[in-house]
This record gives sequence, structure tokens and C-alpha cells, in this order.
Amino acid sequence: MMIQLQAKGIVFGYDSSPILKDVSFEIGPSRLVTIVGPNGSGKSTLIKCIDRILAPKSGNILIDRKDVTKMDRIDIARNLSYVPQSSDRTFSSNVFDTVLMGRRPHIGWLSSNDDEDKVWEVLRLLGIEDLAMSGFGELSGGQQQKVLIARALVQETKVMLLDEPTSNLDVWHQLDVMNIVSDLVKKRRMTALMALHDLNLASKYSHSIIMMKKGKIVAVGDPASVMTPENIEAIYNVEVAVRSQSEEPFIVPIRQIKSNGSRPNTGERFFSSRKKRSRLPRSLSEIKEIKLS
Amino acid sequence: MAKTVRRTTTRAGNRSRMQEAHDSFVFARHFFMVVIIAIIIVLTGVIITLGPLDISVAEAYQALIDRFYPGYFNVEPLTSRVVWNIRFPRIVGGIMAGIGFGVCGCVMQAVLKNPLASPFTLGISAGAQFGISLAAVIGISVLGGPYILIGNAFLFALLCSGFIIALAAIKGATSETLILAGIAVNYFFSAMSQLFKYFADDEQLRLMTSWGMGDLSAFSWNKIPLILVVFAVCIPLLMHKAWDLNIMTSGDETAKSIGVNAEHVRIFIMIISSIVVATVVCFTGTISFIGLVAPHMARMILGGDHRFLIPASGILGAVVLVAADAVAMNLIAPTVIPTGIMTSVIGVPFFMYLMLKGRRKEFWA
Repeated sequence: MMIQLQAKGIVFGYDSSPILKDVSFEIGPSRLVTIVGPNGSGKSTLIKCIDRILAPKSGNILIDRKDVTKMDRIDIARNLSYVPQSSDRTFSSNVFDTVLMGRRPHIGWLSSNDDEDKVWEVLRLLGIEDLAMSGFGELSGGQQQKVLIARALVQETKVMLLDEPTSNLDVWHQLDVMNIVSDLVKKRRMTALMALHDLNLASKYSHSIIMMKKGKIVAVGDPASVMTPENIEAIYNVEVAVRSQSEEPFIVPIRQIKSNGSRPNTGERFFSSRKKRSRLPRSLSEIKEIKLS
Repeated sequence: MAKTVRRTTTRAGNRSRMQEAHDSFVFARHFFMVVIIAIIIVLTGVIITLGPLDISVAEAYQALIDRFYPGYFNVEPLTSRVVWNIRFPRIVGGIMAGIGFGVCGCVMQAVLKNPLASPFTLGISAGAQFGISLAAVIGISVLGGPYILIGNAFLFALLCSGFIIALAAIKGATSETLILAGIAVNYFFSAMSQLFKYFADDEQLRLMTSWGMGDLSAFSWNKIPLILVVFAVCIPLLMHKAWDLNIMTSGDETAKSIGVNAEHVRIFIMIISSIVVATVVCFTGTISFIGLVAPHMARMILGGDHRFLIPASGILGAVVLVAADAVAMNLIAPTVIPTGIMTSVIGVPFFMYLMLKGRRKEFWA
């Protein structure tokens, strides 16, 4: 198999609390791969290390066999695009100008007609041409996410990294964004690597899933082989039932499991700077009770 | 620029409605630049006519052109002298100061991602004031003669921002750190200046206070070339980073992912803009309003593209400063009100009007 994106032994963090511990994987062309794992497992950190937004302590990242760690910023931006979770809006521009920023790695001080045409083409592709002259800050969360994807698209890279692109969206927009990415992977033969919280979205759309816990990869493979009740229980401490929904595994959370004294994010680690917010879905039994009453 | 004559089309063969809207927006941006340049030229002619000696607008322009094409117009020597030696240098000084403050305010707001940032956020004015106090009260100065105050103001202004930039370079340059450090340094040097004020005699006190109010009377032809040289080097360097500034307003992580090394650009911009502001401020004193507000005016009208925003902020800064200075000179003539006071008195209502009428609602989102 041809390898599009390869990570070899990535280590990131400080000596006392490494966030990524020797992470390695390979992804072929035209693949959609998601990284799942609990809060603080290092999903977003891994994405940022691959794009060199964060500098890993050791390890190599190869794109088409070229070493990202030896590239300068512009070169990285020509090979890898990154869709952040959200964008700073203090001085936001209009949508057209925001997307045009993605041409920065390819242009000088003046943007050419060719660059502007590429922006229009992408805006049309994502169905947001009508928003071109609206301010980015005036848009809804779903529209903003599409604009950020459009900006990454005009970078014209083979690999796109996405950091929890659905986390602020309602269910319609979650599917919308996932369909867009899935289409790009198919039609433009891009490789997409995304961090994702929603296990069902990950199962539905991914070719492969990387499951992480505490900075390590604990399972890799196609959705059916990774999304097992045992795996999910082991990394999330949540009992689940896995059903099959049109041949994709469908995960129904049942209840939290008291972990055997080694629960993450408690005790002395309370003072570390990790995010503590739990996004676990409400347990099934609870929902039943609400229905009954 | 040839944006309006483009012939790129959609598959249907015509430019779409949105593309046309975008074309007219681009045209409006260029048109606005032309308009504000025209305003500054007209304003110059009108302001030259104000003063004890009666000069008409036509005579003012004739006297200006006469220097370059002698004998073409019939200009009286007295008119020529008043225009070239008294009124015009002050206007040119005002234009340059306005451009300096406006441009630096614009780039500082962009790199610090903060609408409250101004050219003085890094403590430049407090540093310069401290330099002035040091020279006025204790007589310590780096340069002698007529540059005793100016030299000190320049040096301490740069010292102040240099300290913060060095801190940023060593400890990491997030915008929050820089703003906090700037505020801290501002307080420190203000306190030192206050201390000097406490011990100063009347003459020293007057010297310190009048500088602090901001004034354009220090400009004369022998000082303008120095500022011109600094501008000619520094402003193109700032303009060159326009794209990077556009991108940095989306956040440092995004900037990096699009190929902009946010920390390097931030430090570069701060160094260059400190040099520009220090050069201007040592002649004018603190005129704080322009650098804060001119970029906001430009942003409200032009949107967020720094390729337009940087020059427009500069020219709008010049317009506001020169207009305010004209009022300051003539309102209760022959008494001249310090320019810094008048810029705020005139500029604030105008700014409030723009805030209420402005179409860009997301502006402080």
C-alpha cells in the first residue's frame, strides 16, 4: 500500500507528564481516519504535532516520504492543511477574505485572479457562495466550520487535519460536515485525519479508527474491529452496547463504570492543566427513567 | 488595479451575483483610498489659508507648486514665506505624525489581537515621558543642544518597548503576556515621571507637562527628512507583512497552519512599529487618540484586509490629526490649544458617530 502520511515515534510533553508517548501510524491516500479517545488522551495534541503547530520532542512525520520536521512553515502549509475547532473572531474578515487566507502558502503580496477563482470554486463546492460577503463572526457555528474547511481546501494539500470539527454543531450540521469531508476524500483523493469525540460519527464515516488513551494508541483498525464493547469500556470506563446499523457499528452508552482506583483526572492530577470537562452521554438507564416518569 | 476588468466566469458563462458584489466591494475599497488621499490634499490647501495673514485656497496651492515650477504663477514672496516656512511644515508634520500613529496602531491591534491596543501599548509614551523628565529635572541626556529632550524621549521610548519585546522573545510572545507587560511597564515609568514631577520646580514642570499634552509645533523642515527616512524604510516593511497580519487575526495556531510563524511576525512588527512611534513621539509628545481610533475607523469602512487597512489607517490618522490641529491653532487664536487635547475633543464624537452608524456589527465580537 502507498503511504500518504506516516508518523514515527512521536513524543510530546514535559518529562513529568508526557502527553504523547511514542505514537506511530501509517495512512494511505484517499482515506478518512479518525482519532478517538477520552478527554486529555492526546487526540488534539497529536493533530497539532503532525502539523508542527506544537513541536514534538522526538519522532518523525512523513508526507509522501518527505519529512515534515525538516520543512519550513510555508512548505508544511503546502503539504498539510489544518481545520481548527474554532477561530478567533476579534477582527474577523468577510468570508471571501477569510478563505483567501488559505492561498497564503502559494502567493505573494497580490492575489491573482487564479487564486480568487479557486476561492469561488471552493465556496461553490461547499454551498456557501452566498455567504461570501458576510462577516465571519456573523455566521452560525455550522457555517463557520464550513468556511474553515474551505480555507483549508484552497491550500490544495493532499492531507487535511481536522480538530473535532463537529464538536459545536447540531446533529444536522454534524452530518453535513462529515459528508463534506467524506466527499473530499472520495472525489479529490485527499487523506483526512480528524480528532473526533462522537464514536458513532467516527464509526459511520471512517475507513479506519485510531483509539487513544493517555497519549498512547491502544487500538487501530476498521470501525467494526475497533469499536467493540471491550475496547470502549477499557478506554472510556463506560459500558456500551454495540449494535449494527447498516453494517456500521452503532454504539449505545449504558452506564459509567467505577474504575479500579486508576481513574484519570482525579487526585494529584487535578492540578495539571488538562481539560476536566466530561462529555459522557447520559446513561441509558437515566433516559429510561425520564421516559417512565 | 485591474480587478474590475477581469473576465473570469462561472460555468454558466457569467459572473455570479456574489462575484459581482465582491467586485464592487473591491472597487469601493480602492475608491475609498482615493477619496481619503483627496481629502488630505484639499484639507492641506484649506488649512494653509487659516491664520493672521489672508491667503486664499488658490494662492495656497500656487505657493506650494511655485517651489517646483518657479515663475509659473505670480506668487507674492510674503505669501510664499508664510506658506512654506510657517504653515506648511506644521501640516506636513501633522500628516506624518498621523500616518505614523495610525499605521502603528493598526499593526499593533492586529498582532496583539486586541481592539484596545494602540502604538503606546508597549509603554512607549511612558518611556518617552520618563526620558523627558530625566532631562528636564536632573539634566541627564544622551544628546546635547536642541536635541536634549528629543534624544532622551526617543531613547527611553525604545528602551521601554525593547524591554517588553525582549521579554516576549525569551518567554514566548502571546498577545496577553505582551499587553500585561506593557501595562506594567507603563505604570512603572509613569510612577517614575510622577516622582520627578513631585520634585520639579515650575519651569521644569511646564516643560514636562507641555510635552505630555502632545503638540505639533516642534516640526520644522530640518526634522522632517529624518522622519521621512524612518518612514520610507519602516512602513513598507509593515505593509509587506499585511497578509501575515490578516491571517494572525484568526489566531496563532491557524496562522502557523497556513504558513505564518506568528511569534516571529509579532516580534518583527513590534520592533518596526516601536521605531516608527518613537521617532514621531519624541517630536510630538503623546497624542494617544489617533493610534487607537484611526484603525477602527478604517476597519469599519474597509473590513479586515490589512493591505488596505494599514495605509487607510495612516491616512485617516493624518486627516483627523491635521484637522484637529487646525482647530487647535485657530479656535481661540492667537492662543494655541495643545494638539493632543483637540484630537480627543474632536475625534471622540466622530468616532462615537461611526460606532453607532457602522455597518460592521461583529467588530468587537
